[in-house]
Amino acid sequence: MMFCQECQKRPATVHVTRIVNNVKTELHLCQECAKHHEGLAFSFNFEPNFSIHKFLAGLLGGSPLEMAPLQSPGCPNCGLSLARFGEIGRFGCSRCYQAFGDGLEPLLRRLQGASRHAGKVPRRVGGKLGVRREIEKLREELQQAIRQEAYERAAELRDRIRSLEQGLE
Amino acid sequence: MSIENALKNPYTKWMEGKGPYASIVISSRVRLARNLVDYPFPHVQNRDAGKKVAFLVRDAVLDPRFRQQVGGVDFVFLNELSPLDRMVLVEKHLISPQHAAEEGPERGLALSDDEAVSIMVNEEDHLRIQVLFPALQLEEAWELASGVDDALESRLEYAFDERYGYLTCCPTNVGTGLRASVMVHLPAVAMTNQANRLFTALSKLGFVVRGLYGEGTEARGNLFQVSNQITLGPSEEEIIGNLASVCRQIIEQEEMAREKLRKDALTQLEDMVFRSYGILSNAYIISSEEAMVHLSNVRLGLDMGLLRNVNIRKLNELLVEIRPAFLQKLAGEEIDAFKRDFKRAEIIRSALA
Repeated sequence: MMFCQECQKRPATVHVTRIVNNVKTELHLCQECAKHHEGLAFSFNFEPNFSIHKFLAGLLGGSPLEMAPLQSPGCPNCGLSLARFGEIGRFGCSRCYQAFGDGLEPLLRRLQGASRHAGKVPRRVGGKLGVRREIEKLREELQQAIRQEAYERAAELRDRIRSLEQGLE
Repeated sequence: MSIENALKNPYTKWMEGKGPYASIVISSRVRLARNLVDYPFPHVQNRDAGKKVAFLVRDAVLDPRFRQQVGGVDFVFLNELSPLDRMVLVEKHLISPQHAAEEGPERGLALSDDEAVSIMVNEEDHLRIQVLFPALQLEEAWELASGVDDALESRLEYAFDERYGYLTCCPTNVGTGLRASVMVHLPAVAMTNQANRLFTALSKLGFVVRGLYGEGTEARGNLFQVSNQITLGPSEEEIIGNLASVCRQIIEQEEMAREKLRKDALTQLEDMVFRSYGILSNAYIISSEEAMVHLSNVRLGLDMGLLRNVNIRKLNELLVEIRPAFLQKLAGEEIDAFKRDFKRAEIIRSALA
């Protein structure tokens, strides 16, 4: 077992090779001494160097947002610019989604494989949107009923769709 | 009241040790990310805006009608808690490490009396509604989370878009804002070297497997967290249903691996389990890593009927009790690593006695 060059007490678990001007130096330290060793301290700071946001920013570097108008003034609500979004990988507020417009679609597709929400809708916004979703679902069921030649069921579904559509108008 | 209790008592709802597949699935978690319309997201908000958001949420959860719908809830601003107390909440999985780390009077936590529901205020998003249940109960956890969501939504104006769904700070959460995860104990899968294969398969299906304490932590004691990756496109029910069915397959793999071990290597298995039991019930100094390894073996022994006089709920409690912050909480003072190793061994000995 190799002991720490500095304290000579604990086992050396940190091994550093440096090459400066073609001169190679090796350091063998224990965790404790390495923490206090000049110039090494920051290398123990692993976590902040990697985060989902940096990673995302990296993805954005390839610029899936190029489709968005380059002169986009950014978000009128929080002031986040597209360029800044590309750096931090996070939005500044909920209005950003609208402000960055269609340029977001390719990014979301790349991240999520889809760009359209099909889940829960808050009741407050729910009303009409919920009904439209319901109609879409019933239409699919209707197609299926027709394929299966279940005409009674199809007629029921058709009536239900009609009444929902009337309600929307 | 519930927060004070949560800090004193290691037990929390998810440790119950009862429910479907409790021998392999430790807990099920559902998290919903929500934001209030127009307010800047926490990472760019100024203190005033942040406080406003926190007060709005606090008023919503302390509203008597909210209590009627959801049950008793306590609210606290995180800067009223010591860093140690915040770490205890992390160790109990009630808040995220990120939430505990940042100072500031705008960060809050609402916690239900039974500690099943916790709502982080001004974490990465304005609201993170979290429900934690014991064993494999994803559907139940989703139902409760959705109910809490409805109750909040009737009092707060959420940021929602017809096309993109619930709008979140990070584009990886947009849509349903739903992250569902299960904590599984897979010693036999790990022992039979199938873990990597299983995890590669899961990642192809859009699920992520991580160590116990989330992003960037390794799996300790064969405990893994499996969660959905995609939040936009599928409905909540689909996400939950897919994860539940994937979990049932993981459970099956683990059960098969256990049976194989029983058939081919019973003596070695018994030796391993009882050695671990011996170490845990006799050691005077034990590190967290070593304890996790042996606790995993003892848990396996208990689940396979090799060991009997151990209580599964007690094992779950130990997962929190032996962590650094909780140990210091029990000791009533800050203690160094050596004293923690001593205290940890003492707690484990008395739990197994």
